[in-house]
Amino acid sequence: MTLTIEARGLTKRYGDVVALNGIDLAVEEGTVLGLLGPNGAGKTTVVSILTTLIEPDEGTATVAGVDVLTSPGDVRRRIGLSGQYAAVDEHLTGFENLDMIGRLYRMGRRRSRDRARDLLDRFSLADAADRPVRTYSGGMRRRLDLAGALVAEPQVLFLDEPTTGLDPRSRVGLWSAIEELVARGTTVLLTTQYMEEADHLADDIVVIDHGGQIARGTADDLKATVGGGRIEVTVPSEALAVDAARVLDTLSAGDVHIEGRSVTAPISGGADALGEALVALKEAEIDLQDVGFRRPTLDDVFLSLTGHTSDPTNDTTIEDRPARMVEGVR
Amino acid sequence: MEEVLYAVGDGIAVAKRNVIKIRRVPGILVSVLISPILMVLLFAYVFGSSIDIPGGTYREFLISGIFAMTVTFGATFTGAGLADDMQKGIIDRFRSLPMSRSAVVFGRTASDVVYNVASLAIMAATGLAVGWRIHDGIGPALAGFGLLLVFSYALSWVMAYVALLVPSVEVIGNVSFMVIFPLTFIANTFVPAANLPTPLRIFAEWNPVSAVTQAVRELFGNIPPGTPEPGVWPLQNAAIYTLAWAAIIIAVFAPLAVRRYTRVGVRK
Ligand SMILES: Nc1ncnc2c1ncn2[C@@H]1O[C@H](COP(=O)(O)OP(=O)(O)O)[C@@H](O)[C@H]1O
Ligand SMILES: [Mg+2]
Repeated sequence: MTLTIEARGLTKRYGDVVALNGIDLAVEEGTVLGLLGPNGAGKTTVVSILTTLIEPDEGTATVAGVDVLTSPGDVRRRIGLSGQYAAVDEHLTGFENLDMIGRLYRMGRRRSRDRARDLLDRFSLADAADRPVRTYSGGMRRRLDLAGALVAEPQVLFLDEPTTGLDPRSRVGLWSAIEELVARGTTVLLTTQYMEEADHLADDIVVIDHGGQIARGTADDLKATVGGGRIEVTVPSEALAVDAARVLDTLSAGDVHIEGRSVTAPISGGADALGEALVALKEAEIDLQDVGFRRPTLDDVFLSLTGHTSDPTNDTTIEDRPARMVEGVR
Repeated sequence: MEEVLYAVGDGIAVAKRNVIKIRRVPGILVSVLISPILMVLLFAYVFGSSIDIPGGTYREFLISGIFAMTVTFGATFTGAGLADDMQKGIIDRFRSLPMSRSAVVFGRTASDVVYNVASLAIMAATGLAVGWRIHDGIGPALAGFGLLLVFSYALSWVMAYVALLVPSVEVIGNVSFMVIFPLTFIANTFVPAANLPTPLRIFAEWNPVSAVTQAVRELFGNIPPGTPEPGVWPLQNAAIYTLAWAAIIIAVFAPLAVRRYTRVGVRK
């Protein structure tokens, strides 16, 4: 096995803030690593170190076999980065943006132009190629930014929250673009706040919070750590929700959560436990408007690992909001 | 050598992007082309007709001052443009590319020269339309424009450094207002330095903006006949004094800015 990305003990401090506290990573060639964590977890800091934008205070890392600290220039020749904020120029057209990147990769004029047109085609931007990016939707900008990261056909691709702020359709579109790249053998490190995204795209997942690793494994491994699943009930009033939570707490395998008129409780025994819970609620004479049983999701993993959900509840940028609403609806 | 050629190519790619924007961004178009025209017209008609300079027209005297003021303010573009790129994350993209480390700042300052050329051309045309004339031939006049460009190029590096230190368009705007404004007004740009009260006069006499204005006036042949010789060395040797300032500023701020660029962390 060849490790395309290898990092040991990455540590970064900003004054008193410990952005990273000894992160280890190992990504095999041709696989996707999902770096999962809430806002402020340290995801961007990891990406910035591995893409040579900043240097760690401690730790070492190699990307495509090249040391990021001693040979940053060689690393840059082998990677593509699509940062957290789409790094496209609003006032240039899609074509001009990609052509400029091609020239900065020192491609000849001809090759750079051909490559730009190819990529625009591939990301369904051909029709908008000669319009200023200012007129693009969020999803189009993200696709253009991703195309920008691919201009030089990098061996390793870093995607920092590639779908944050996108509507569900654009998100799915971007996912398939990423899957296509992986199918061609590109190694990808992707960060996300969305469990679903890591579940969908990543071979391996590293969960980080407050600069430290809190779990790692495949999506299935992580789900297994949570056990059974979750029961969700909706009751007619918020007061009843408190009562329902009290009942469910006696049966639950973890912390029970109330959100408005809905109560969520992790349980360990699968569908049997659901029956028990319903009986108990009925005995307590609590009317149910809705009942659901959910197989564990990565959100549950996150909840059980960190004590809070992955959905950022504060200090999010405005950009994040539409996506979070979408998550709520889903 | 090959590296240098590549670096120049990178710089051109970056500069090209900024130049494209003159056509696309109304704000830049206004600042680079429209407001210089307004400046010339405003000063020419409001002040130019009301103030008398012995032996010449005030309007001709003013034009060089307006040129100097405009290119001095032009340095703000460098700062604002870089700050904007930093805020938008484009700098992170550049920094992740295997391009020359100095190309982003060099490309930026180079495109500001293009902006200034455009501003000067349109101001010269407007000036000619309202009666300004070159009296000593085209050669010295071109030298005058060259001097204005060199001077503003040097100032671009100062603003580039400031923008990399404090990547905020607002801060750049404030710095520009608080520093460049006094620099361009406590000078001989609009009134002869000798007419100012003593402390301001001394500042104005040593102010490089005065020197560039004086040098350009001389090269355009716009010093009214009978004007007494300036009493201080910087204004007696205005072109040399201007070039010396430009050289020192570039020597200090270009390395500082490039070094800062290579170290600047990802934006927060
Ligand atoms: N340049 C910086 N200066 C100060 N603090 C920073 C800087 N960059 C990141 N941090 C802090 O480091 C922590 C991790 O940030 P980041 O890597 O951006 O998290 P994420 O990308 O997971 O949201 C946060 O607490 C953040 O405030
Ligand atoms: Mg981040």
